[in-house]
Amino acid sequence: MADCGSNEEVAVIFNTDITSTESENNLINTMVEIGATLLRKMEINVTEAEKRTGKNTVNMQETYTVYLIETRSAETVPEGGTPTTPDTLWRRYSEFELLRTYLLVTYPYIIIPPLPEKRAEFVWHKMSADNLDPDFVERRRVGLENFLLRVASHPVLSNDKIFFLFLTEEKEWREVVLETGFQDKVDSRLKSLSAMFRVKNPDKRFTALKHYSDELNSVISQLLRVRAKVADRLYGVYKVHGNYGRVFSEWSAIEKEMGDGLQSAGHHMDTFAASIDDILEEEEHYADQLKEYLFYAEAVRSVCRKHELIQYELEMVAQDLVSKKQQKEELATGTVRVFSLKGMTSKLFGQESQEQRESRLAALEQSTREGEETLKERNTECQEFVRTAWEDIGRFKEQKDRDLREALISYAIMQISMCKKTKGEDDRSAEARTELSI
Amino acid sequence: MSVGAPRSLASSGQKPIAEILHPLSAAEEQLSVTVGGDKEAGLTNGTPVETSSPASTSSLLNRLQLDDDLEADIRDPYAEAAETRDLFVTVDDPKKHVSTMETYITYRVSTKTSRVEFDLPEYCVRRRYQDFDWLRIKLEDSQPTHLIPPLPEKFVMKGVVDRFSEDFVETRMKALDKFLKRVADHPVLSFNPHLNTFLTTKDLNKRQGLALLSKVGESVKHVAGGYKLRARPAEFGAMGEYLDTFNQKLGTIDRIAQRILKEQSEYLTELREYGTVYSSWAGSEDELRRPLEGVGGCVTTCCGALEDLGDGMSQDILPVLREYVLYIESMKSVLRKRDQSQAEYEGRLEAAVLRKQEDRTPMPLEVEKCQDKVECFNADLKADWERWQSNKRHDFKQLLTGMADKNINHYEKCQAAWESLITLLQDKQTEDKTSETN
Repeated sequence: MADCGSNEEVAVIFNTDITSTESENNLINTMVEIGATLLRKMEINVTEAEKRTGKNTVNMQETYTVYLIETRSAETVPEGGTPTTPDTLWRRYSEFELLRTYLLVTYPYIIIPPLPEKRAEFVWHKMSADNLDPDFVERRRVGLENFLLRVASHPVLSNDKIFFLFLTEEKEWREVVLETGFQDKVDSRLKSLSAMFRVKNPDKRFTALKHYSDELNSVISQLLRVRAKVADRLYGVYKVHGNYGRVFSEWSAIEKEMGDGLQSAGHHMDTFAASIDDILEEEEHYADQLKEYLFYAEAVRSVCRKHELIQYELEMVAQDLVSKKQQKEELATGTVRVFSLKGMTSKLFGQESQEQRESRLAALEQSTREGEETLKERNTECQEFVRTAWEDIGRFKEQKDRDLREALISYAIMQISMCKKTKGEDDRSAEARTELSI
Repeated sequence: MSVGAPRSLASSGQKPIAEILHPLSAAEEQLSVTVGGDKEAGLTNGTPVETSSPASTSSLLNRLQLDDDLEADIRDPYAEAAETRDLFVTVDDPKKHVSTMETYITYRVSTKTSRVEFDLPEYCVRRRYQDFDWLRIKLEDSQPTHLIPPLPEKFVMKGVVDRFSEDFVETRMKALDKFLKRVADHPVLSFNPHLNTFLTTKDLNKRQGLALLSKVGESVKHVAGGYKLRARPAEFGAMGEYLDTFNQKLGTIDRIAQRILKEQSEYLTELREYGTVYSSWAGSEDELRRPLEGVGGCVTTCCGALEDLGDGMSQDILPVLREYVLYIESMKSVLRKRDQSQAEYEGRLEAAVLRKQEDRTPMPLEVEKCQDKVECFNADLKADWERWQSNKRHDFKQLLTGMADKNINHYEKCQAAWESLITLLQDKQTEDKTSETN
């Protein structure tokens, strides 16, 4: 059992059905702070990755990677004191996926932060698409840490108990998650699809948002694809320059005065050719930032889809109520507005008795009342969904603008430093070439 | 492409070759001036000669009288030559001529000179490539012991290269200009009567000259044929080896340069597309529109800079490489002629020695003439070799520093673009912040 820190400043919101063991673990205070997030109280890091082998669900040996999550109380360390040792546990990628699915189902009105990609996509030729490749594992580690930090700094998600346990409870977490029964709440894809096509009064704002998320998805995909091609070509240019290195070196061997100058020109070419590896590695970080928002676009789309479903169900309930009311009216007044088989058969095969009619009317009355209740509930549900969703969407928009702006600025800075570095090389090379005495 | 002023006059036949200091050599020692013997009496300006003597003694004497300073600074022959140069030539102003038979380009050849061999101080004639070719053939045949600078390639595949495109004409004109300047700066070639004709005559009557020349050329070959070279002096063997290796290296460098141009052009295509994706993304954003447009703009600027770099490479670098490949071919053919000349001498010597042993006749005159020929040839060749080496070092230093400069320039342009973007974005940030606090 992980100890989340032995101090009274830890304040988290939990469900009241806390177990005794958990309360034993110093989870004393249940003070509520408006807008508090877990991140203010807890430092979270994903520090290491390790290979493990084990038997999977079909009893076959497999190799997988686990990541070390370190948590530590975020209180400041007094002068001269040593920082507290962090609590740690290991998690593999599939457990992160499970957590995310849980969050998706439990908070359908929230744009859930995305996980780093499962498999390497948008690769340019040199990068390996192997999940066990150390560079890929490293970038995934960073991505997983980022995911945890995003959730922990979210005003709503950070208060989730399951999330807290994910960070603190290594072995029994899986059971606890499955016990919540969240998997029953997963909407079927088919249901979502049919809802998309049958909604009568779509909310304009959500339609616009759906359209935006589709565009974002498409443009970032395109950007990542072209970027990979650009990287591939640039790699080619740099590497061909490396061929100069050898020929200059060979040439310098037959020269007397020019020999030294040519040698250093050759070395410069070799260095230049080798520099591309670092340059492209740095650019991968930028690509990862873009990928995060590519996946975020999907999360936005999820929220829109959920709204469609809720809207559709609301409309269904409303429609149902309308038809019941009509039936009641028909029955009460005897007029037939809408054709019904029953009405026709009763006309053909004899009127029903007064008793029968009255019992039917009563049943309809009740059904109508129930329907009205359901409608009210659904309406409230829908309104609540819309309210909370738009709150989160607003937050997301600001976050996105901030993050992407920062990403673009750091991309520009990266380009500048690349120019400076290459120029620096060229300055030195120009000096070397002046050594070519006549 | 100029050379130092002639330092002394060589006389052939009366001194052993080791003591003769060639007017074209870069030696530092105090040089003696001796007027050539009667063997040279037949040489006057304007006569095509068979033997390999330096330019007529009278003109050389004139030059020496004009020059006060014989001690040249060998470390900077170009600066020194500029002061003493008295023949300036330029090739420019290409014009297209359309006639019923053919279409061709002529160039303006301008001459400014104070030499007495020229009637006027200034000349201006129009010449086409054929005329330059004529001049070169004449020079080669009349000065077989000297290295004649190369011309740009004569034939271009009509389908592949546009003979009248601006780039092609420009490149060819620069090469023709270089050729003429090299000839004009050569202490012996510049006094060749054919050069004089080329620079001054309005209408070159080429057919006559060529016919006469081909006869002369043949007789030289006839005499030299049938003798085998006994032992080539080591230094000429070394020259041959050097040229072979150098040729190989130049070929490799040319291939690498072309490959780089190709890779760069493919990179450019992808980079252009990359820039447009940012611009199209900007269309669907509000806050991010400016940063995205900014990044797209920077990428486009870099594309422009890259295009310029590529153009620079094909215009300035590839022609020099090609020129030196042709130069090497020229030099190798001169070396072969030298070998032939030596072979002839050895053959005659052997025959004469045998006869001498038999009937004690003195060394026949022809053998002595041959010996002179060989010795002069060797001296001319060595001097030209030194000059060629020196030109080569200068040209390649210029080439390599030029390459480095162009690259530095390119990265500076790119860096400036990205830096201005950052300033723009950061200004906007502070702008937003101040408006928030207000």
